[in-house]
Amino acid sequence: MNFDYFVLPFCIGALILFTILSTRYAMWIVKLPRIDKRKAWLGILKFKFIGSIWEVFRESLLHRKIFKINAMLGWMHMSFAFGWFLLIVIGAMESKFHKSRVFNMPYDPIFLRYFEHNTHGFFFAEGFTFIMDLILLILLTATILAISKRVYSNLFGLKRTTKLILGDKIALYSLWTIFPLRFLAESFTSGLYNNGGFLTGTFGNIFASFLPLQMLEYPFWWAYSSALCLFFIFLPFSRYMHIPTEIFLIYLRNCGIRTSKNHTGYTEFEIYSCSRCGICIDKCQLTDVMQNKTQGVYFIQQIRRNILSSETAYNCLLCGRCTTYCPVGIDINKVRLLKRHDFAPENGFNFNYLDEKVTVAPFEYDVIYFAGCMTHLTPTIKNSMVKILNKSGDRYIFLDKEGSICCGKPLLFAGNEKQARELKYENKKLINKTGAKTLVTSCPICYNIFKNEYNLTIEVLHHSQYIKRLIENKKITLSKSQLNVVYHDPCELSRTNNVYDEPREILNAIANLQTTNHEKDNALCCGGSLGNFVISETERNKITNNMVAKLSEHKPDVIVTACPLCKKTMNKQSDVPINDISELVSNAILQEKNY
Amino acid sequence: MAKKNVIVIGGGIAGMESASYLSAMGFNVTLLEKSNELGGHLLNWERLFPTMRYGKQVIDFLAKGIDFEQINKVLNVEIKSIEKKNTQFCVELSNGKTFFGDSILITTGYDLFDAHRKEEYGYGIYNNVITSADLEKIFMSGNPITTTDGKTPKRIGIVHCVGSRDEKVGHVYCSKVCCVTGVKQAIEIKEKMPETEVFNFYMDMRMYGMHFEALYKKAQEKYGIQFIRGRLSEAAENIDGTIVLKVEDTLAGRPLKMNVDILVLLVGFVPSKGSKEVGKLMGLNIGINGFYKTKDQHTLTNVSNIDGVFFAGSCTGPKTITNTITDARAAASSVASYLLGFDLHKRDIENHEEFWLYDSK
Repeated sequence: MNFDYFVLPFCIGALILFTILSTRYAMWIVKLPRIDKRKAWLGILKFKFIGSIWEVFRESLLHRKIFKINAMLGWMHMSFAFGWFLLIVIGAMESKFHKSRVFNMPYDPIFLRYFEHNTHGFFFAEGFTFIMDLILLILLTATILAISKRVYSNLFGLKRTTKLILGDKIALYSLWTIFPLRFLAESFTSGLYNNGGFLTGTFGNIFASFLPLQMLEYPFWWAYSSALCLFFIFLPFSRYMHIPTEIFLIYLRNCGIRTSKNHTGYTEFEIYSCSRCGICIDKCQLTDVMQNKTQGVYFIQQIRRNILSSETAYNCLLCGRCTTYCPVGIDINKVRLLKRHDFAPENGFNFNYLDEKVTVAPFEYDVIYFAGCMTHLTPTIKNSMVKILNKSGDRYIFLDKEGSICCGKPLLFAGNEKQARELKYENKKLINKTGAKTLVTSCPICYNIFKNEYNLTIEVLHHSQYIKRLIENKKITLSKSQLNVVYHDPCELSRTNNVYDEPREILNAIANLQTTNHEKDNALCCGGSLGNFVISETERNKITNNMVAKLSEHKPDVIVTACPLCKKTMNKQSDVPINDISELVSNAILQEKNY
Repeated sequence: MAKKNVIVIGGGIAGMESASYLSAMGFNVTLLEKSNELGGHLLNWERLFPTMRYGKQVIDFLAKGIDFEQINKVLNVEIKSIEKKNTQFCVELSNGKTFFGDSILITTGYDLFDAHRKEEYGYGIYNNVITSADLEKIFMSGNPITTTDGKTPKRIGIVHCVGSRDEKVGHVYCSKVCCVTGVKQAIEIKEKMPETEVFNFYMDMRMYGMHFEALYKKAQEKYGIQFIRGRLSEAAENIDGTIVLKVEDTLAGRPLKMNVDILVLLVGFVPSKGSKEVGKLMGLNIGINGFYKTKDQHTLTNVSNIDGVFFAGSCTGPKTITNTITDARAAASSVASYLLGFDLHKRDIENHEEFWLYDSK
């Protein structure tokens, strides 16, 4: 058996790592809600792990999503992850070939070169040595890239990177030393025994010419083993926890488990999958207007360290840009909302009066129109929608024409789940009473909650979808104008509900739609978000100013959006007129009438 | 010694009065105005608080000064460029003429807040929503106040602070004149139509000027005008064209819903387009509220960041007519002191930057 005392640090480190990880994962799996546990078990029967393996290969090893964001950054991650993976796999195969048996000690492949000097005659030896040296070379370049990333983060497309904590630093520095130490240790051994591949062999000979390798070889194997040990021990307490955790997260997600309304085991898997890469920092629009560390990465860091402040929980536009770009796929928005429950006030308003106040005549309607509070504050949109609805020929009821009940989303933003439920209950009662088949909203915020949290039996449409359908069914005909317009995607409609095409199709039909650099997933938040309870009006204005400037770059005649709040917010900063899509449609009907 | 030249930009009341005084002090004055008449916003205002004097009388008074002195009035012009060469300013106008000045006095005033931007109040959307400026136009025309379908209004609502003290539209400052204008216009409505109910919706009543408080008291006691503390949240239109107001009565602590026949929006001051253009041409410092930033808030209120350029009137912030006239004379003496070689405006005050409270953020 191959043994030397220097293998001990590695073995101890690996054992500690294994113990901590398995304890944590077991605890989190226990913390999963019953329904999620069921899904996870069923996932095994349904071979969900086959798809998961492919995703793990794609994301955890090749880092496809990071490649999309920046090629250099992707290359660094891929060469590290995939390189190390190959080093382990091929190293294991190599050691088995040497021993010609299936079982050997787990540290054998790692320290093989120290124990096995006779690689010349063996059939695969030349091949293996070459491949292993090549992989080591890739890992060394990755280390160089990683170190230069710390210095020149701009090269990697990152304007700002995360600030590291102690655990991160130790893990980071030990990671930086692992492969250079392995390279030196292997080179020294190769120099002594005159073997090794193109890298270790060549450098071994060079080192042998001027270094006392006899003295150096042994301590460097010790150092290599110790570096591994250090990295393993600090991994669970550092950002590198994402490496093993992400694999589990991918599997659970493939089983259909999603972030729920409470802090469950899945949430733990999510927050420990955060690699603190800091991609969300540059994508966050708050970064440009304030110093606070409130971005996704810092928010999750605070949860992990159990020091989450209400300010961080509430200082977020909930635009979802971070979620879109998160390479690990953490639903940061949902985690933020569930964390707000901890800070929300217990008792709030008394909604008992709603029962008597708001009534609706039970009658057969086709369509319910729910304008929402923001639409009531932008009466042009309301009037346009009433005109469109009248023109449509559908029998509709304007549900919140007089007295209205809030959709409940603002309370959810505040983390007040219980009170929101009361409002939802009242609204649902009214909606069911009308007997309508379709609910149309003008406000994407209302749309989001009606669609995703009410469990309504009827169809929920945003007015852009409804208008699109009216055009398709030839219920309204529109004339095309020569206006040059750009379209601004409202967060709650686009990123959250994937309504991208309907507004664009309508706009193509009635105007000249131009493209911008900030479309669809990459759309910016207008700054009017109801989700942020912390930033000042001045900071909001800055956000709005920045995004309006970007949308007006090519001097459109009109900036079109599909959200009353976006319209209202942009209107106060923009020189270019801001219109809701319904206003344009309503005007297009008018023109047709005049002919 | 040759007479020195002063160019006054803007022919509102500040421009008129400072031009008169500068001329009286022996300078050659050129007064530039973009419209075809001197008097600025005051031309469109019938009566003034708190005296109910006609605005026209004030303009006539100021015009006497202008006529008395040899002032070169240039109307219907806009400024194309301003260049400073040593101590001389060269002003190129849209009509192709060029003027040279040893000093420039800027009196570009203010614009009224565009009520369209407060969409929830329905200006430009609902027919019976008008602004205080529209109401003055009706007063000036001598026509009776009616709804768009010609009826005499039974109830009129007046909303204070439209576009002022409102972070949502980006104006955090108080426009100073609207509170008392609201009281004045309410009284005028009552005098013309005693049967009509008038409701004022306010955040605070700022009756800081001499006799303002008396006017406010009179409005309540003599005319029965009602003042409700609460900011209007939204207005909607009924089928008959009347306006439904949703407002919270913050003194009674309850929400209120009210129908009015006409809604008047007391629009505030915003930095004028002219000020922005001239500021850009010359590189003048603009404060956080968009008005010109004077060299110091307490002591150098007519002095700009460019040597030889001075301010007068509401281009540096909302002012009443009385204040504007006073400020115009003060500016004239600042200009004179500069041109006569005194360095009064160069007196330094400690850390004046630091004491721009709002800007220091």
